[in-house]
Amino acid sequence: MPAAIDIDGLTVHRGGNLVLDAVSCQVAAGSVTGLLGPSGSGKSTLIRSVVGVQRIISGTVTVLGQPAGSKPLRSRVGYVTQAPSVYADLSVRENLRYFAAVVGAAAGEVDRVISAVGLTDKTGALVARLSGGQRTRVSLAAALLGTPQVLVLDEPTVGLDPVLRRDLWEMFHGLANAGTTLLVSSHVMDEADRCTALLLLREGRVLAADSPAAIRRRTGTDDLESAFLALIDAEQVGSR
Amino acid sequence: MNTRITLATAGRVLTQLRHDHRTIALLLVVPCVLLALLSWIFDDQPAVFDRIGPLLLAIFPLVVMFIVTSVAMLRERTSGTLERLLAMPLNKLDLLLGYALAFGVLAVLQSGIASAVSLWLLDLDIAGSTGWLLVTALLAALLGTALGLLASAFAQTEFQAVQFMPAFVLPQLLLCGLFVPRDAMQSVLAAISDVLPLSYAVDAMAEVAGNPGLTGAAGRDFAVLAAFIVGALALGAATLRRRTA
Repeated sequence: MPAAIDIDGLTVHRGGNLVLDAVSCQVAAGSVTGLLGPSGSGKSTLIRSVVGVQRIISGTVTVLGQPAGSKPLRSRVGYVTQAPSVYADLSVRENLRYFAAVVGAAAGEVDRVISAVGLTDKTGALVARLSGGQRTRVSLAAALLGTPQVLVLDEPTVGLDPVLRRDLWEMFHGLANAGTTLLVSSHVMDEADRCTALLLLREGRVLAADSPAAIRRRTGTDDLESAFLALIDAEQVGSR
Repeated sequence: MNTRITLATAGRVLTQLRHDHRTIALLLVVPCVLLALLSWIFDDQPAVFDRIGPLLLAIFPLVVMFIVTSVAMLRERTSGTLERLLAMPLNKLDLLLGYALAFGVLAVLQSGIASAVSLWLLDLDIAGSTGWLLVTALLAALLGTALGLLASAFAQTEFQAVQFMPAFVLPQLLLCGLFVPRDAMQSVLAAISDVLPLSYAVDAMAEVAGNPGLTGAAGRDFAVLAAFIVGALALGAATLRRRTA
């Protein structure tokens, strides 16, 4: 599979700290790639770099063959920030109508994305009155407008109930089967198994990049949590 | 630039305001109450009210739109919606002009009501035309919006944004000619007054209120105001960075 996202030697500093240290990795087209790592490992920074809103020190990020953040990509890449970035003082429908106008999506798109995230009964509700999980879904719905070819989601399932999480992962796979590439960050290891490929990030460096099965096989572990620990141990032994 | 996105942005900003009934009421009613208070204070000196009243019709929209816009834009920056919009196919100018358009509409409404109350209920007596009065108020409001958009770049919290009002607007209020005519000020103060945008809004308002047609002086003030608006919008656009640290 060709790479939809190609990161080469990406180095980022934030507030004087080295957040990403010469990261190189690829995200295959049509994959659901999980970006996993503990809080503070650089996941959000990597995601912001892919969307092109992060100031970078060196390295290149190429998305669909174009430099990340370049103009032609802005209608082809959907982005969900970690905190729900929607207008609290607008209703669900008003938010999505506005974002639909910005991306130039057809009018029917608004209803489609609302039902895709299961908020059909909340269309007229002000976002301020919704629960945290519902706000996250409004934010996700906005990224689905216009059917982008690449979806970059920063912790989209945090705080959602298990049934909804399962439904969303099913939706992610449905989108991937239809040709969309998804890069989904999470700090919850049990979500790793839902991905077709994994990027394990720790302290600004890529610890492993492979399929979940391959990572388990390589580390001789049954679950990915243990695999992650085994990789960290192996790295520390290696660097000693 | 994209007209569809600009109009959608203006519509979105107005919808946000429409959900906030209290803010709308404050925006529309407070200027009228203050003008009524002023006319009462100068009950036995109608000439003073006739001089100051129109000036306030330029000052209110500028001050109010400055505060409202700087807070609205700061929210846009802190809530992540700005980051989302800048990752979308949106030109920075679409966003800024959308805001300017929305608050311009609001300013016309605000000034229209305040002028109507002043002219018909409070017996404000002006030689000029109501049309030019509204044009001046609109320019003052657009200037307030443009300055507010720019100021929001320098505030990290809403507390700071609100403090920009006394920091940037009150000095202009003192030096704009409301309290002491600008040509009667000390040379240093007059020089400072000459570079402050509010001075030109107030000068323009005094001209259009005092003369039946559009005078050359008023036209010059309009041009200066327009230049300030364009300059502040351009600087504001420069503060909207797609890539941030």
